[in-house]
Amino acid sequence: MSKEGVDVGRRRFLTLTTSVVGAVGAGFAAVPFIASLPPSERAKALGAPVTIDISKMEPGQQVVAVWRRQPVWVIRRTPAMLASLDKVVGQLADPESEVPQQPDYARGAARAIKPEYMVLKGICTHLGCSPKFRPEFPAPEIAADWQGGFFCPCHGSRFDLSGRVYKGVPAPTNLPVPPHRYADDRTLVIGEDQPEGVA
Amino acid sequence: MAIVPNPHKTTGFLGWIDDRFPLTKIWKDHISEYYAPKNFNWWYTYGSLALLVLVNQLLTGIWLTMHYKPDEAAAFDSIEYIMRDVPWGNILRYLHSTGASAFFIVVYLHMFRGLIYGSSRKPRELVWLFGCLIYLVLMAEAFCGYVLPWGNMSYWGAQVIINLFGTVPYIGQTLVETIQGDYTPADATLNRLFALHVVALPIVLLGLVVAHLMALHEVGSNNPDGIEIKKHKDPKTGIPLDGIPFHPYYTVKDIVGVAAFLFVFFIVVFFVPDGGGYFLEKPNFTPANPLSTPDHITPAWYFGAFYAMLRAVPAFFNTQIWGVIVMFGAVLLLFFLPWLDRSPVKSIRYRGPYFKIAVTLFAVSFVVLNWLGMQPTTTLYTLLAQIGTFIYYAFFLAMPWYTSIDSTKPVPDRVTE
Repeated sequence: MSKEGVDVGRRRFLTLTTSVVGAVGAGFAAVPFIASLPPSERAKALGAPVTIDISKMEPGQQVVAVWRRQPVWVIRRTPAMLASLDKVVGQLADPESEVPQQPDYARGAARAIKPEYMVLKGICTHLGCSPKFRPEFPAPEIAADWQGGFFCPCHGSRFDLSGRVYKGVPAPTNLPVPPHRYADDRTLVIGEDQPEGVA
Repeated sequence: MAIVPNPHKTTGFLGWIDDRFPLTKIWKDHISEYYAPKNFNWWYTYGSLALLVLVNQLLTGIWLTMHYKPDEAAAFDSIEYIMRDVPWGNILRYLHSTGASAFFIVVYLHMFRGLIYGSSRKPRELVWLFGCLIYLVLMAEAFCGYVLPWGNMSYWGAQVIINLFGTVPYIGQTLVETIQGDYTPADATLNRLFALHVVALPIVLLGLVVAHLMALHEVGSNNPDGIEIKKHKDPKTGIPLDGIPFHPYYTVKDIVGVAAFLFVFFIVVFFVPDGGGYFLEKPNFTPANPLSTPDHITPAWYFGAFYAMLRAVPAFFNTQIWGVIVMFGAVLLLFFLPWLDRSPVKSIRYRGPYFKIAVTLFAVSFVVLNWLGMQPTTTLYTLLAQIGTFIYYAFFLAMPWYTSIDSTKPVPDRVTE
């Protein structure tokens, strides 16, 4: 093709601007395809945070909620239960919750925003069984110096009342703490993070 | 406007077509007048065997789709329905599941052939690159297909693989939810993997296979001597002196390969369809259960090496992304092979001891890694996997060095018998 008499600069400008406009159009055309991929409205509704009224819980009581098809435990710990956390430290694999099995606002020994209320995902970190709540002690059938905690009947993993795993059991890590926050003094929301800066 | 008569001088119905469509031209260019080196050995049957397995997967796949239901609540039962109630359904399914493993066996041997005879080297770099893309798409296709029965291993395999993307900094969790379409592998996940498995990826795969063959037929096949047959052409006809037409010579030869392959293939399909637990894993005979993890989660055997590499790299800086990078990097390295190899000769026949040792170590470590990927982790196995990963990487990364200092033997001018 002859380029005689062709304004090359003008042609280049037109090619460039047409390409840019076309690329922007392609970007907009991609929106419905990409936007259809994340969880749908139905999936979001089914996976929405769960609200629990904790005002009626007795000291020492366990309540089981279901969030995203998994059991979530709420335990109202008595002062005696909280005292037991320090007694077992020597036998635990990760007493300071170093492994990120919990949000940053639920680290340390109590692994809770309010130490009185423990929130845990009720799935054994070994093979996904649901451990049993065994607060009573002594319980020689579980361990000689059992101080209360969770016991998995499938393969014998043991956790303390903060869901911290004992040494020498099949489960590798502490029980996970799901994201949660307190909407007010009596309402616990499971599935939403504590806003930053709120203790 | 009058039609220009076709140059093949065909008449009748074929002539009518050839005047309008390059049918005879395609047949001649790619089959009856495609001149391949006359010294192909048995390593050269795996390409056409891969094509045969692809046809098997397409045919049996379409038929399985007629009975399968991509629904979280119905998928597992529809597989059992195919197995028990659909006439010959079990054979259709076993042809497909055995075909998946056969595909990888054939493709791994095909790639190894390319490696030892230098088939990726200039001017065949694009043949190799299209081949690597085919391998990549094949892995995605196999993973999606593996999830569809929605057995417990399907479910947890999907969980583990999709969560690899969760290691990406900042956007990881969003990425995982976007891929899954839910917060755990769920109905939406199964549905979209089905769409990829039966529509999107097969189309891409077929396109790449066409590109792979077109690139090959443009530059011509390599051979066990790693020399160019196009250097010596008959001055009158322009046909390479060491070339013979693909049809009938290699079509007939490939039929022998097909017969041998089908003999083994059907022994598996008819008598050991689960491949001893490797082709169909035992936990996958129970339905998906989000609350119960299988004893140890293993990938299908053909991903074993990459899974072993993933587990061999420890987490540090509070993230497991390093293992993911090493795993994907191992696949990515394959793409660079044509430029990593600096040897003046192509074929292993004329190479020195360094390359021969390197390629042996590489093959052994790849097989061992595949096996390790299916075993539970122990201290010893993790150490072995780390050694294997090192050898795999060293084979590629040190290649420019050991291939350039390696000794070579004189290369013949014409192909040897």
